[in-house]
Amino acid sequence: MRKHVFTGSLLAAFTLATPTLANTPDKAPPHQKWSFEGATGTYDKASLQRGFLVYDHICASCHGMRSLTYRDLEGIGLSDQAITDLAHSKQIPGPVGISGMPTMRPGLPDDHFRSPFPNDAAAAAVMGGVAPPDQSRLAAVHPGGADWLYAFLTGYRMPPPAGAPMVPGKFYNDWAEGHMIGMPPPLINGAIQYPDGTPATVEQQAKDVTAFLVWAADPHRNERHNIGKGVLAYLAVLLVLAIAWKRKIWKNLKSHG
Amino acid sequence: MSIPDQKQASASSTPPCSGLAGWINRRLPIISAFRAEYVDFRMPRNLNGWWNFGAILTLVLALMLASGIFLAMNYTPTDAGAFLSVEAIERQLSGGWLLRAMHMTGANLFLAALYLHLFRGLYYGSYKAPRELLWLTGLVLMLMVMATAFAGYLLPWGQMSYWGADVITKAVGAIPGIGPTLEHIMAGSDHLGDIFLHRFFVLHFVLAFLIVGVVGLHVAAVHVSGSNNPIGVEPRTPKDTVPFYPYYVSKDLVGLILFAMVFAALMFFWPNMLIEPDNYTPADPMHTPADIEPEWYFLPFYGLLQSVPSKFGGLVAAAGSLLVLFALPWLDRSPVRSMRFRPLCRIGLLGVVCAFIVLADAGKHHAQGGWLIAARLAGLYYFGYFLVFLPLVSRTEKTRPVPSSIAASQGDA
Repeated sequence: MRKHVFTGSLLAAFTLATPTLANTPDKAPPHQKWSFEGATGTYDKASLQRGFLVYDHICASCHGMRSLTYRDLEGIGLSDQAITDLAHSKQIPGPVGISGMPTMRPGLPDDHFRSPFPNDAAAAAVMGGVAPPDQSRLAAVHPGGADWLYAFLTGYRMPPPAGAPMVPGKFYNDWAEGHMIGMPPPLINGAIQYPDGTPATVEQQAKDVTAFLVWAADPHRNERHNIGKGVLAYLAVLLVLAIAWKRKIWKNLKSHG
Repeated sequence: MSIPDQKQASASSTPPCSGLAGWINRRLPIISAFRAEYVDFRMPRNLNGWWNFGAILTLVLALMLASGIFLAMNYTPTDAGAFLSVEAIERQLSGGWLLRAMHMTGANLFLAALYLHLFRGLYYGSYKAPRELLWLTGLVLMLMVMATAFAGYLLPWGQMSYWGADVITKAVGAIPGIGPTLEHIMAGSDHLGDIFLHRFFVLHFVLAFLIVGVVGLHVAAVHVSGSNNPIGVEPRTPKDTVPFYPYYVSKDLVGLILFAMVFAALMFFWPNMLIEPDNYTPADPMHTPADIEPEWYFLPFYGLLQSVPSKFGGLVAAAGSLLVLFALPWLDRSPVRSMRFRPLCRIGLLGVVCAFIVLADAGKHHAQGGWLIAARLAGLYYFGYFLVFLPLVSRTEKTRPVPSSIAASQGDA
C-alpha cells in the first residue's frame, strides 16, 4: 500500500514540476465566451467567415498572414469556387516579364496570402518605424490570446482619458503596451456589411475577427478535437478488454501457484 | 544438400517449426530466437507498473522514427526556409498537423517516461551487479535522447529554438582553452544560420537511428541478466518467474494503453501544455526574448547551470549531474538492491527527486533571489547524496529483512 501512496506522490510532484507555459500579461483581459475554448470547443464557421471578411477588408491592408494559402480557407467553410474567385481577385507578384521588369498576376488557390508590403523593412518605413506583425500565429503568440485580441480591438478610447499623455500619431488603447499604439482604431460601426445580415457593430466585428485569428493560429482545432474523442473512446474500450485479458491470465497464476 | 536442424537446448518447450517457418528457422533462427526471448522468456512474477516503461519507451521511439521520417521529407534546414517549411507541414501538408503533434507530444512524453524509467532503476537498485552494463547503456541512451531532443527543438527555428541554441553554444564557448574553437565548430560559422541548422538537422536524424542501435544493446543486456524486480532478489526457482507471454504481454498492454490515453489527451485536447508559444515567432537574431527558457525536461539542468556563478562551473555541474550516475554501481556498495529494505536511503532518494524538482523550478525562475539559494542547496544535496551519503550509508545502514525468494514475498513459498 505504501508503495502506491509513494507512486502517487511522485506523480503529483512531477505534475507540479511541469511548468505551465501560458503567458500571463500584467493585467488579464476580461474573459469572453468563445465557442472554441476548452478541450472540446469547436469553431463557429459562420463567425469565422465573417471574421475573414473583416480580416480581408481591414487587417490585411497592413498585416500579412504569410503562412496561409487561399486554399486553407476550406477550413472556415469556403467553397472551392469562392476560394478560386477570392485568390483571383488578388494581384500577386509574377515572374520577370519579357522586358526584364517584374510583373503581377492574378492569384491562385495555392498562393500564400498576399502580403501588403514586399518586406518588413518596407512595412516599417511606411508604418512609422514598426512593421505590423504577421498575423499567422498572432493569437497563439500574444499573451492573453483571444481575450486580449477582443479587449484590444474594442479598447480604443477617443478622446483619451483625462491625464493620458498625447503623442502625435499614437492612439490610446486600454490594452496596448503603455496604452499608446501607432495603429489607428481599425474597426468602425458598419464599416463593412455582413452578407448574412448580422449587424456589423464594432463588438461583433471584433468578436468575429478574433475567432478568425484564433482559427488562423490553430486551424485544425475542430478536427483535432473530433479525432481525439474517437481515439480516446477506442482506447477506453481497448483498455477494458486488455484489463479483462490481463486479469484472466494472472488469475491462473494465483490458483495454480 | 541438407542443413542439420540446430535446435537450441534452451528452447526445449518450443514446438519445432515446420514447413516454410522451419526452413527459414534452420537457416536463420529468428523464429526460435523470438520465442526464446519474447514468448518463453522467464520474468520475475512480481514486477509492478514501474516495469511498463521499457515497453512504452520502445513504442514511443518507433513512433518518433515513423513520424520523424515523414516530417524530414517536408522540412527545409535553412535559415530562411525552416520556419516556413514547418508552417507548411502544419497547414498545407495533408495530415501534417497530426504528424507534427505526434512528434512533439512524443518528444515530451519520451523524456517523461525516460525519467520515470531511470527513477525505477534508482529506486529498485537495478544498476547493481550483474546489471552494470544495462545501467550504463541506459545512461548513454538518455544522453543521446537529450542531444536528439535538443537538436530537434532547434529545427522549427522559432525564437526559442534560436535563443536556446545561442545559450548552449555560448555555454560551450565558456569551456577554458578549447571553448571558443568548440563553439565555432558547433555553430559552423560566425553566426547561427544555415550551416548550424543543417548540421543539427543531420545530427538529429542520425542520432535517432544510433539510439535504435544502443536500444538493441540495452535490450540484449536485459535479456542476459534478466529483469530486476521490486524486492531486488534474483529468481531462484521456476516458481519465482512467469513466461513473458502471456503474463507480461498482457500487463504491458494495459500500461501501454493507459500511456496512449495520456498521450492522446495531451496531443488532442491540451497541446498547449507542451508548447512554448514563443516558438511560433520566427527566429530573430536582433530581438532577444524577455524569457529564454528550455523545455521542461532540461529545466533541472538549466537550474544547475545558472546556480553556479561561473559559466564553465555551471556547465560542469550540469554535465556532472548526469555523469555521476555513471559511477553509481560503484558508489553504492550495499548488497541490498531494493529501497524497500533500505529505509534511510529511500528517504535520501526521495530527497533527490525533490532536489531535481526544486532545480527545475529554480531553472524556470532563472535562479534569481530565493531561487538561487534553493537551487544551490538542491544541487549540493543532489551531489551529496550520490558522492557522500550513498557510499557511506551503504556500509553502515540497517536494512529491513529481505525475503528469501520472490515466491515467498508473494506468500507462495
